[in-house]
Amino acid sequence: MILVVAEQREGKLNRASWETIAAAQELGGELKIALAGAGIEALASELAAAEAAEVIVVDHPALGDYTADGFVAALSALVEQEQPSHVFFAHTYQTRDFVPALAARMNRALITDVTGMRKEGDGLLFVRPIFQGKLTADVAAEGPAPHLVTCQIGAFRADSARRGAAAAPVRTASVTIDAAAIRQKPEAPFKEAKQAVDLSQAERIVAIGRGIKSQENLKLAEQLAQALGAEIAASRPICDSGWLPMDRQIGSSGQTVAPKLYVALGISGAIQHLVGMKGSRTIVAINKDAEAPIFEIADYGIAGDLFEVVPAMIAELQK
Amino acid sequence: MKIAVCIKQVVTREWQLRVNDSRSWIRDQDASFELNEPDAYALEEALRLKEKHGGEVVVCSAGPARAAQVLREALARGADRAIHVESDAFVSADAFVIAEALAAAAREEQFDLVLTGLQSDDQGFGQVGVVLAEKLGMPHATIIMEVQKTDAGLRVKRELEGGWFQWIALPMPAVLTIQSGINQLRYATLKGIMAAKKKEIRKVTPSATTAAAQRIVNVYFPEKGKKTQMLPGSAAEAGKALVQKLRDEARVIS
Repeated sequence: MILVVAEQREGKLNRASWETIAAAQELGGELKIALAGAGIEALASELAAAEAAEVIVVDHPALGDYTADGFVAALSALVEQEQPSHVFFAHTYQTRDFVPALAARMNRALITDVTGMRKEGDGLLFVRPIFQGKLTADVAAEGPAPHLVTCQIGAFRADSARRGAAAAPVRTASVTIDAAAIRQKPEAPFKEAKQAVDLSQAERIVAIGRGIKSQENLKLAEQLAQALGAEIAASRPICDSGWLPMDRQIGSSGQTVAPKLYVALGISGAIQHLVGMKGSRTIVAINKDAEAPIFEIADYGIAGDLFEVVPAMIAELQK
Repeated sequence: MKIAVCIKQVVTREWQLRVNDSRSWIRDQDASFELNEPDAYALEEALRLKEKHGGEVVVCSAGPARAAQVLREALARGADRAIHVESDAFVSADAFVIAEALAAAAREEQFDLVLTGLQSDDQGFGQVGVVLAEKLGMPHATIIMEVQKTDAGLRVKRELEGGWFQWIALPMPAVLTIQSGINQLRYATLKGIMAAKKKEIRKVTPSATTAAAQRIVNVYFPEKGKKTQMLPGSAAEAGKALVQKLRDEARVIS
């Protein structure tokens, strides 16, 4: 049996949970979905739409605000009860915060950032990027089950998750959590950016990376965005240096977008950026380095100087 | 505050990767190496905490003999001393093996705070810091963008996804994994490099080898997910052709 641990925050399911369900369904066999939190029944019935044996709710006041200690205690108890062969998670920041501790507590293998799976003989190989996506490794988990697996965001398709003919039964698991033993005391989450731009609604996006070189050159990217009817966005280094506000950042620490058109100017394509935009319908990459990983996911590529290519594009668009 | 910073030596970003003959790892005999960039931010944060609150910064690495290079570099930037858990087995080891080696070295030192980068540029597990915390019995917090010392312990700013942040209080001793960009890095001065020569790098032989939790079966260059149309010609020709294709073929602009 595979146990998928879904993720929620403040009454909303993380979309990547459906990607993880799709990944687990790909392997076949019995599937159960678990959700931990406080007052999460409505979300459990949302998950029950998936083709699964059951949805297990771990509802506890001590899980209302996420803490690593609370979630390690709750999920190690649940895994102990359920004895799955594999436990799947989405490779979110929350997963990264507690699942390695969970694996260490249970002394079980953890394979992170998985983008694919392959059956080989009796075993299972997990595909994951290494060297920042420049190479790929097939890895096998060692030691007794369960093996823990985190799925890279965007690597599996949420819309390919199979729905059941009828809603899966929902059951509440009872676990004991000693609230006093939780050492992390969280405060309320907050957003730093003042005006939040919702780039997920944009039809077209022009995104800039280190290759833009200086803040003055932003004007050129803005002109292209205007000619295309696009929003302007950037990779992390541009926002770190303050050239664009943080709410224009695309990637794992910024926004996730899937517009009709995504134009990447001078972006090399580190995995942290790719996870935020690789669902875009048409991807254009313009970069000096013909070996840049961004070209691996682009539909159209120009290996050239963006300061020459972009003015030519603007001229053609204005014709 | 007695602070440990766990660092890793990785191949430089510019180095052209090659896969070894058994396809189990890279062929790194003639590679150039550097300090894993996320760990450089962890080191910088430790140095700033020491400057503010006093104490000692000890850099720790589990790696082969050549990893002494990054320990020396950290000493030149201002760390007080180093611990090198040395074994060739650490070159492509998994997170459990590395974390156990670091934990064994850290146990006898009684650190108040242990910092690591959030992940390494080579294997990118993103696990060592959190596994280390569990092994040492310490609380942890990850992807940290600010560290404040309080009377009760620490108050740290955790980065969440999508532009969200959260402050978390936790007691010391604790383990934090540091997000890149938390601070501005300093580089070693000539004076620092000279001083580093007199600083101690204590070599530790790993006592027992922990069982690995995962095994690399095959390493290869990624297959292209999409067929990319590379547009040839001069920049002006390619730019013009691109706009036409976006209009007539992809139909994403009118």
